Formats: sequence, structure tokens, C-alpha cells
Amino acid sequence: MSATTRPVSTVSRLRSALRPAEGGVNPGLVAALLILFVLLAVTSPYFLSSTNLLNIGKAVAITGIVAVGETIVIIAGGFDLSVGSTMAAAGMTAAFLLGFGVPLPVAFAASILLGILIGLVNGAIISYARINPLITTLATLAIVRGLAYVVSGGREIVISDPAWLSLGTGAILGIPVMIVIVAVTFLVFGWAMPRTIFGRYAYAIGSSARAARLSGVAVDRWRLAFYVTCGGLASLAGLVLVARTGNAQPSAALGVELDVITAVILGGTSLTGGRGRLAGTLIALLVIGIVNNGLTLLGVPSYWQQVVKGGILLAAVLYDELHRGRRDER
Amino acid sequence: MAPLLELRGVTKTFGSVTALRDVDLEIGAAEAVGLIGDNGAGKSTLVKILSGVYAPTAGALHLDGSPVSFGSPADARRAGVEMIYQDLALCDDLDVAANIFLGRELRRRLGPIRILDRERMAAEAARMISELGLSLVPGRLVGTMSGGERQMVAVARALQFQPRLLLMDEPTAALSAEKIRVLLGLVEELKRRGVSILLISHRFTDILHVCDRIVVVRQGTVVGSLQPHAQPAEQTMARMTELMTGDRVSAA
Repeated sequence: MSATTRPVSTVSRLRSALRPAEGGVNPGLVAALLILFVLLAVTSPYFLSSTNLLNIGKAVAITGIVAVGETIVIIAGGFDLSVGSTMAAAGMTAAFLLGFGVPLPVAFAASILLGILIGLVNGAIISYARINPLITTLATLAIVRGLAYVVSGGREIVISDPAWLSLGTGAILGIPVMIVIVAVTFLVFGWAMPRTIFGRYAYAIGSSARAARLSGVAVDRWRLAFYVTCGGLASLAGLVLVARTGNAQPSAALGVELDVITAVILGGTSLTGGRGRLAGTLIALLVIGIVNNGLTLLGVPSYWQQVVKGGILLAAVLYDELHRGRRDER
Repeated sequence: MAPLLELRGVTKTFGSVTALRDVDLEIGAAEAVGLIGDNGAGKSTLVKILSGVYAPTAGALHLDGSPVSFGSPADARRAGVEMIYQDLALCDDLDVAANIFLGRELRRRLGPIRILDRERMAAEAARMISELGLSLVPGRLVGTMSGGERQMVAVARALQFQPRLLLMDEPTAALSAEKIRVLLGLVEELKRRGVSILLISHRFTDILHVCDRIVVVRQGTVVGSLQPHAQPAEQTMARMTELMTGDRVSAA
């Protein structure tokens, strides 16, 4: 490739946005989304109905909120397995406080604060004690989930507060509130990642924490910020999940990390950090949502969805590995 | 005039091992000094003392004639000493401009928040690159670049800190003959700008021509200092080999 600068045409700009090596979205994934969409639109008369499309959106909305935080953490070279437990604990916390007569906004704030605290603990152990993020967050996954059971005695709390429930059932201009929340989350962070220091340092630290540190970046403090963001967003997702199911359970969001991490990796974020885009995560979420929806519409038993999900994750990881191999040979 | 940086009687021990013994070294303003020695001779330890990674066990550092102590690489940087590591310490997933400005990003206001000024960083990076006579595209990802180009990015980034002394650890190790020429041209340019340079190498042929002075270390001590321009290159090389290995080589 010649190194001369050429005027940037719309086509070349689009091409570079789609080139995974430059942090763009994998065009194969976009193609997969379009093919799945057309395929299901043709095979199932129900697929294109607005109810079904909104159902797909609602089905991936909660995973999507968490996936935003997870994408940021993985771009920064980390990992967070504790998001599902955080969701459950956040829901339980707000439900408990509400039961004691605490006003809803305060209960919500406390629950988000809990997620931030869990993120702080994760980040502090990973940054300062230098423990592997997989092990650290596997431990906090167990601890937080366990505490949610201990505190609640394993019982669920039914929620009747209409304001809270409206997060899961309400709509703004015909669009479900859940979808609005996930869309705003993606928009805010999708805008911020390439434009702010927060995003720039996530990429820098994920690419080479040593280089970032030598350049004077406060690597450990920024890592804390990424885990805190992930914890806070997991809490938000936990509150929305309660609104959707109508009750807070200590067993809520069990195994959600599989869905979240599948979306992030399928979306093109590198497992080793440094590369990834929230747009990729969003498209991957839609692919997963449509696959699940399609399997349901086509009458495939739901157990198969689990198998398909695992298969997609494996395929995404293999693609990441092969892609990385090609880059390293250069 | 006092030299820019001076080491006086610097000794560094690690437990019972003495890595450096009573080392004196001077680096003048806009002077390029070559530091050569075999693996294990003490080059790295010396450089780590200059860049603030290690504190000397005994002896002192003087900057502009006054004693200084670097408690950390950040201290050294504040004093104008910048280090380019052998592995260059670049972020492969960031582009050239982002690497050059890493840690000192330019920002602009957008309502209540401050966002990255990507246009200005790209423009500044482009200006700086062309001033140095390099051909680098600010928007290219560093991970896709060759070893020589990456070296240039590392130099450009170091210059962003406006150093008075640039330490370069084995800068020619991974470069082709042609890229070495480009790099040495860059060293000349830096000297013209008044930047002092300490080039660490164990391949002295690479650095012979740009250095005003070559200091040889062996077994933790400075065993000699040569002015390469004072005699024919062959004589300098023979003398350096002799000093490095400690064997007498019959000079031709």
C-alpha cells in the first residue's frame, strides 16, 4: 500500500469503517444479519410484524445494556464475569429498600451504587493486586450471587411499584422503554469511545498497558473506571430485568455472562483487548436475537438455543484467533 | 559550561552483585554519545539509572551542574530525560497520531465536557512528522507498520515531551541497513535541534558515524572513551573491540 495521502472519499471512509483491522465492524457480521433477516422474512410470515421485531429488541435489550460495559472492559484488556450476579444483587437491593419504604429514586441510586462498588472491588483487585481478571470476577461472581441468596434467604420479592414496572412494560411513542434505555446506552458510549479520553485510554491500555503507563497514563485508575462503568451498567440492567419479570430474585440473570460475552466477541472485540467497537456488539446482539427468534418461530426446541449460542461463541472466538494470527504475521 | 548531565562515581549493586562500579559519565548539550559494551557489561543498568528506573547505590547525578535524583521515570521526564525502549512501547491498535499524543492528548470543549481534538492531533502529528523529514501517515495503525516506521513513531513521540536528553536503547537492532541510515539521519537532525542523545548499542558499526564520543563499558566500569572523528574509522573500531572484550587486538 502506498503511503501517500489521498483525498478521503465516502467509499474509502466506509471501507475503512468496515475493515476489522482498523477497529471497524466485520462486514461478514453485517452480511450475516442481513441474510438472517431476509431468510426469516421469507420463511416466517410472522417475523416482520412489528410486535415480533419489538420482541426481538426487548429480548436483547437487557443483555445489550450489560454488553456495552463488557465491551469497554474487554477492549481495555480486561474481563468481567460478575455481571449476572451484579444484576441480581442490584435488583434485590432496590427491591429490599423499596420494601422498607425508601423512595424509588433513592433505591435505584443505591442499587447503581452497589454495581459501582462491585466494579471498584473487581478493578482494585485486578489493578493493584494484579490478579487475573477471569479469576477475580469468577470469584466476585460467586461472592455477590451468594450474598444475594444469603441476604434474601433465597426468596424472591414481588414488585408492584408501577413506576419501576414501567421500565419493563411501558413505551415511549410506541417504543418499549427497555429499548429506549439500551439505545441511549449504546448511543452515549458509542459516541464517547472514539471521542473521549475514557475511550482512548480503554483502547490504549488494552493494546499495551505498559506503553500506556510509560506515556504517563494512570493505567490502574483507568482500569477502575472501566470496571466501575461495567458494574454500574450491570446494575441498571438488573433493575430493568426486575421490571420485566415483575419480581426480584437472587437467581436472576443466571448465566447471562455467556450471552453478553458471546455478543461482545461476535461483535469483533478482540479477546486480548485493544480492538473492538460498540457498533459491532450491537449488530452481534441483533444477530443473536434474530437467531433465537428464528429458532422459536421455526419451532426448534428451546434447548437447542443454548447449543446454537455456544456454537456462535466458539465460531466468534475462532474468527478472532485466525484474524489475530494474520495480523501477527505481518 | 557544565555538561547537561553528569554521573559521578555511580555504583549500583543488586544484593551481592555489583552491576556498576564507580562510573563517571558526561553528556554535553547537543552531543551524541554512544554507549557500547557486551551483553551484561552494565549498559542497561546505566540507562535505567539515567531514566529514573533505578536509584544509584552510591554516587550522584548532576543536571546543569546541580545534583538531582530521579525517583521515578516521571521525575526523569520532568527533568527533560526521555527514553525510547528497545521494544518501543507503542500501542499497536492506535494510530500514529494517537501514539504520539498518548498521555498528553489535546482536547477541546464541547459544552460541559472536554473531548479529544482528533483533527488538531492529526494535524500536529503531520506537521511534526514532516518537520523531521519522515514519511508517516498520522492515521495509520502502528500495528500495521514496519520496524523502521515504528521506530520513527517512537522517536516522534519522545520528541513530543521536548526532551533535552534522549536515551535510545538498541535503536538499530531490528532495522535494515537502509532504515538505519534514516534513523541516523534523524539523530543528526535532533542534534541540530540541540537535543543530546545517548545511543546504546552492541553493534558499534551502526552508531560510529553519528556519535561525537563513544563510551565503552565492561564489567560494570567505564573502560574508555573515544572520539571517533579524531582518527580513521578502522582505528576507532579496533580500539573499541579491544576495550569491549578486554583483549589486545593488534592494530593494523
